[in-house]
Amino acid sequence: MDRIPILRMGQFLLVTIQVDLYDRLALDLEADLVKAVSKTGARGILIDISAVSIVDSFMGRIIGNIGVMSKLLDAETVVVGMQPAVAITLVELGLPLKGVYTALNVERGMDLLKSKIQFEDETIDQEDDNSDDLPE
Amino acid sequence: MITATISLNKDTVIVQREQDVVLFRNRVKEYAVKIRMGLVNQTKLITAASELVRNMLRYGNGGQVLIEVVTRGRDNGIRLTFKDQGPGIADISMALKDGFSTGKSLGLGLPGAKRLVNEFDIKSELGKGTIVTILKWANG
Repeated sequence: MDRIPILRMGQFLLVTIQVDLYDRLALDLEADLVKAVSKTGARGILIDISAVSIVDSFMGRIIGNIGVMSKLLDAETVVVGMQPAVAITLVELGLPLKGVYTALNVERGMDLLKSKIQFEDETIDQEDDNSDDLPE
Repeated sequence: MITATISLNKDTVIVQREQDVVLFRNRVKEYAVKIRMGLVNQTKLITAASELVRNMLRYGNGGQVLIEVVTRGRDNGIRLTFKDQGPGIADISMALKDGFSTGKSLGLGLPGAKRLVNEFDIKSELGKGTIVTILKWANG
């Protein structure tokens, strides 16, 4: 059976969708990714859809689900490489793709993920600093 | 309503399983490329087709799609006719509203597909099935 490979790179999981997805494949990817986040403790997911020629409402819902589910496990999701024709079609279709961040390409997507996590870690550090100041 | 046109070339694709969807989409793409439809219109047409074929599988237990190259004056276009023998749609005007779904989807299938094409027509009879026709002009 087909499976979309999930690569691990440090704190992130990388997925490149190279084939046109049919429903089962998309649902499997959703489940696999959420499990992989839990197993590896990944802080971010980067999904490259540059080879995907169409995103319909089903596929859009799967992408949104991945974003929301991984957020519940404390991981951010960035979708990169959307073709202009796909973006135009998504808006006309009425699908705003909520729950995920998007970036133009893999490089910018990685930067975005890193900045999201850095920002979060800094806020946590600050909270820790404050707790140190409390009298014992 | 669908404009009167001349059909040049046609083909029927049977869609019964989920795996047939990708094959069907590729077939539509071949036709769209053949009439030199631009990439954005191709994407819109195939996305609309994907929504309708999914409805056909989910609610109508599959069916068949007629793919036609049509012409009107100097314009070429692709017309797709989706025909199933499912339970039919009780209230078409409700089904065409954004966010209405009897399944667990987002309810964008029919209204979304309608927005993506130039012409859209739906006929449904309870207990007999549904026929949806869409048309996208190469330059439309």
